[in-house]
Order: sequence, then structure tokens, then C-alpha cells
Amino acid sequence: MLNAALEIAFVLIAAAQALNLYRLLRGPDLCDRILALDTLGISAIALLVLFGIRSASTAYFEAALLLALLGFVGTVALCKFLLRGDIIE
Amino acid sequence: MSPPKETVVAALIVLGALFVFLGSVGLARLPDFLTRLHGPTKATTIGVGAILLASAIFFSGSESTAVSLHELAILLFLFITAPITAHLLAKAALHRQVRRDDLTDGGTPTADDADAAERQVAQPSSPRGPDGGRERANDEAGQQDR
Repeated sequence: MLNAALEIAFVLIAAAQALNLYRLLRGPDLCDRILALDTLGISAIALLVLFGIRSASTAYFEAALLLALLGFVGTVALCKFLLRGDIIE
Repeated sequence: MSPPKETVVAALIVLGALFVFLGSVGLARLPDFLTRLHGPTKATTIGVGAILLASAIFFSGSESTAVSLHELAILLFLFITAPITAHLLAKAALHRQVRRDDLTDGGTPTADDADAAERQVAQPSSPRGPDGGRERANDEAGQQDR
């Protein structure tokens, strides 16, 4: 049952990544692209955690934590750049 | 792994993946940026939270770790940062919207204004766009009163 659930989850999150990629490439405004990139990072965290469950290995948590941290910092930096035209004032 | 634990983990995984997928559908299909902001910031965050909770339950109770706390750290971090990201993005979007209205003055679209022109094609009844026309109408009404 766990394997079936993992297969379903992999398919659903891959479809979600495809939709995020569509918005990232098309997205009429810069804000849309930043939001799509942030969401892409968050669903990549979900994929990493699911892969860790499937291979029953705890080595993926650090990667997931790093991805969360860098995604947040990157999004904040891009928003600051849009707001101020500068990242570090 | 005991059957009830496996059931709970499988249910949380499927539920979380469903929420992540629905958040991305919202991101791809909703019409406006400020509505599009709702999908990823709420649905996707709760979906990833459910998957992380499933992972925490899955890795807890083995011989090496009684309670697995790595996932809870990621979960806490995501739940704290998601509203901050949404707030900053909304602020940036409002800032850009205001600047575009000032620059174009509702007249002929420039090359910088390509997406606003796209919106005008979508709504041919209002030539000045959804927000600019309304604000300008209010200004004119105020001047007539004076």
C-alpha cells in the first residue's frame, strides 16, 4: 500500500512541477515567475522527502532543509530587488 | 512496519501530493496575480507539510531514532517562511502595478507595457484596463465637485 501511495504521489507532484514550469515560462509578470520558481522549489522538497521514504534513507533531510533555506533567501532577494532596485542597501 | 502506521503514512502522502497538485493547478489557471498567489502559498504549503509529517511518522519508532525531528524542523521553517514570501510578493506586485499606471497614463501601450496590452485585449470594453479606468473616473468626479 505504501508503494502504491508513493507512486501516486510521484505522479501528482510531477504534474504539479509541469504546471509550475508552465507558469514560470509563460507568466506575464516578473512576480509570476518568482512565485512559480518558489513553488517549484517547495515541490522539489516534497519530491526529495518522498524519495527518502522510498529508499528508507535519512540522508535526504539535509538536502531538503538546504533547498528550503536557499529557496526562501532567493525569493526574498528577488522581491527586494523588485521593490527597491537593489538587494543590499 | 505495523499496518496501522503504514495506513496513516500512505494516507498522508496521498493527501499531501493532492494538495501540492491543486496548489499548482491554482497557480497555472487562476486569472490574476493576486488570486494566483493563493494557490502556492496555502495549498502547496499544507501539502508539503502533510508529506513531511508522513516522513516523520515513517522514520519514528525504529531502533536508532525514537522520534524523528529533522522533518519537523523543515516543517516549522516552511510554515514560518511561506507567509513572509507571500507578503513580499504581494508588496512587489502592488508596487509594480502602481508604477505601471503612473508611467503609461492609460494611453497608448509602450513596449514596456506588453502584458497590460494583453489584458486590454482580454477585456475590450474597458480601454484603460481594470484599475486605471476606475481610479481616473474617481478623480474626474472629485474635480467636478470642486
